Amino acid sequence: MTPSHAESRFMTLGEGGLAAAMTALAFFSIVVAAKAYTPAYAFHAYLFAAASVAAVFAILNRYFEGNGETPPLEIDGKPNYNFGPIKLGTILAVFWGVAGFTVGLWIALELAFPALNFDLSYISFGRLRPLHTSAVIFAFGGNVLIATSFYVVQRTCRARLVGDLAPWFVVLGYNFFIVIAGSGYLLGITQSKEYAEPEWYADLWLTIVWVVYLLIYLGTIMRRKEPHIYVANWFYLAFILTIAVLHVGNNAAVPVSWFSPKSYVVWAGVQDAMVQWWYGHNAVGFFLTAGFLGIMYYFIPKRAERPVYSYRLSIIHFWSLIFLYIWAGPHHLHYTALPDWTQTLGMTFSIMLWMPSWGGMINGLMTLSGAWDKLRTDPVLRMMVLSVAFYGMATFEGPVMAVREVNSLSHYTDWTIGHVHSGALGWVGFISFGAIYCLVPWLWNRPLYSLRLVSWHFWIATIGIVVYISSMWVSGILQGLMWRSYTNLGFLEYSFIESVEAMHPFYVIRALGGSLFLVGALLMAFNVWRTIAPREALAPAAAGTGLAAAE
Amino acid sequence: MATSVSSSSSLWQKHSILERNSILLLLGILIVIAIGGLVEVVPLFYLKSTIETADGMRPYTPLELAGRNIYVSEGCYLCHSQMIRALRDEVERYGHYSLAAESEYDHPFQWGSKRNGPDLARVGGKYSDDWHRDHLNNPRAVVAGSIMPAYPWLFTTDLDYTHIAEDMKVQALLGVPYNDEMIANAIADLRTQATADAPDADALARRYPKSQARDFAGTPNRVTQADALIAYLQMLGTLVDFKLYDDKANIR
Repeated sequence: MTPSHAESRFMTLGEGGLAAAMTALAFFSIVVAAKAYTPAYAFHAYLFAAASVAAVFAILNRYFEGNGETPPLEIDGKPNYNFGPIKLGTILAVFWGVAGFTVGLWIALELAFPALNFDLSYISFGRLRPLHTSAVIFAFGGNVLIATSFYVVQRTCRARLVGDLAPWFVVLGYNFFIVIAGSGYLLGITQSKEYAEPEWYADLWLTIVWVVYLLIYLGTIMRRKEPHIYVANWFYLAFILTIAVLHVGNNAAVPVSWFSPKSYVVWAGVQDAMVQWWYGHNAVGFFLTAGFLGIMYYFIPKRAERPVYSYRLSIIHFWSLIFLYIWAGPHHLHYTALPDWTQTLGMTFSIMLWMPSWGGMINGLMTLSGAWDKLRTDPVLRMMVLSVAFYGMATFEGPVMAVREVNSLSHYTDWTIGHVHSGALGWVGFISFGAIYCLVPWLWNRPLYSLRLVSWHFWIATIGIVVYISSMWVSGILQGLMWRSYTNLGFLEYSFIESVEAMHPFYVIRALGGSLFLVGALLMAFNVWRTIAPREALAPAAAGTGLAAAE
Repeated sequence: MATSVSSSSSLWQKHSILERNSILLLLGILIVIAIGGLVEVVPLFYLKSTIETADGMRPYTPLELAGRNIYVSEGCYLCHSQMIRALRDEVERYGHYSLAAESEYDHPFQWGSKRNGPDLARVGGKYSDDWHRDHLNNPRAVVAGSIMPAYPWLFTTDLDYTHIAEDMKVQALLGVPYNDEMIANAIADLRTQATADAPDADALARRYPKSQARDFAGTPNRVTQADALIAYLQMLGTLVDFKLYDDKANIR
């Protein structure tokens, strides 16, 4: 493609403004790097500077190399969808998924065989564990959510994504946040709030990216050709908005200095605990649930070629879910110094939350009415249906564990870890894999490389999940029972270390389950790569169905 | 994917207003998600039981604060809770259940959510400095079945405390009762506390009652990260004297 900017255009306000902002950020970062209190923070400042310079270069390059036209909103009366940032997000999701699962397997092995910490600070369990959770939840899950939401909002609104550079800014800016967060943990930069570990400067950056994300999403909805906003978009919108509120509330902090990575959160003690789990549980509720329900409400009907089972159920599901979820946080703090009334509220709402959760599950599963036979032939649909089944299971287990008396046993034990993973591996993982297996052929406009490999992925990962969660049930309940076990003379029967030693076999089994899940993800990465990579021999097969005017 | 609205029921029709107006939908979501959080969080800043204080509570000394920051940055909270629940076995295993007041100066709180290792809320004074040294250097040297990583670098890395007064200023801004004298003497106090038989130990103890000053990590003439961390561990849960604490004082 030769650059033919015969009639040269001026830079748009967006291009000029973003380039100027990035230039300013680059200079500021260099000043910060020079005066940084710690080498780790200087490294991060240099990363900011390098990324800003790269962004300026990319913007200018795009301007000079471009054909001088902004892409049209429609071509021949059909929406000219913007798929570029979605493609990148999808590929990054696969990459981060494999990376996050690998780190997860590694720390599982560290718990089974502590010698694997190798006495090295960068890979000790306490630093790798947030890397695992962030890589899986925010890097893998986040990229899946951004990619699918950008796809779904365009398709269901029949409108091109708002913004020219903005969608790229969101995808690249979000992944830059991931790099800063993840490398920070390894260097010991964390504010220790679970699932919100990144320090103040990473949080500020994410806030900017997230507000742009919200504006793009809202703007695209406003551009819609359909009178109604489709239900998947309600869930995505609730996810984006609520995560913004939670992020700002939980991360309110005062940095020690512009030149220090360290900040102190404004909340303290019991208030901080409540704010943290208001955030923490709704990171589950809105990031890992509402967002992925958006995926369910688009991809399952699309794949099954059936309408959503009940429109009214989706209305009830939506409002009751987002209303009830917010209350559930205190169930993380049973029997602690948090007042009893708050604990009781948390428990009660957690139990009530079972109903909308299962309403959503029923709506997802019953969408297959009249199309159940497809489960035999379509492993992608099978994956998504099993994910909804896991959603149902995890959202039943959750309310049970939120009951105070059950929680007295399960809290602080591996049962929690097992519960989280039946949700994360089963529900979030499988609905994401299903969405990726749908998206890649749609975006690149060619068939998936191998459905047999999807089937292998399905079975290997399913066995991995079952092995994982059952080992954690046994170890968690065993642990809880050992801690509260008394001899007949009324003394505590076991020392703490005896409970640790009893966990060893289950930690080995858990690692085995995790490795199966990782193998499945590697099969997916291979499958996606072979689908995307140019194939000479199979090229003619990709012709036809040119609905999506990809760039 | 048809979204056909039945015309029979008015409530379902009213909902279509939200489906047709993105800003109203956005506002609706915002109102619905605000309620639960406001009801549960806001009262905690006013209720007696959550803003109680207890005799003996004081801000962390500069060395303890630096040690706490090491504790945070190494992710200790991921395997060790600091919250003894009001359950019989926990109280017998770890000591008096944790009070809200005991974490009143904790920005952020370190209650944790998982016990791969035991609770540390009252670990202060339970073991000797020697034990902590050996344990941090190689946990399996003192506890055979331990799965804790070793932390040898804490003993070889000098503590960076040049900016500790700035940390205390920020905490003071957030309501931790550090006074001007404490902030002015931050670095001196930190060095004093990490030194055996320091001449200024009296002044330190006056500013921070019950503070212990000695060479915690056995690294004379140096202040290492291990000094700070062990100083922090050795004070955990030691401030409130439960022989004198009145359990009923805050019950209404």
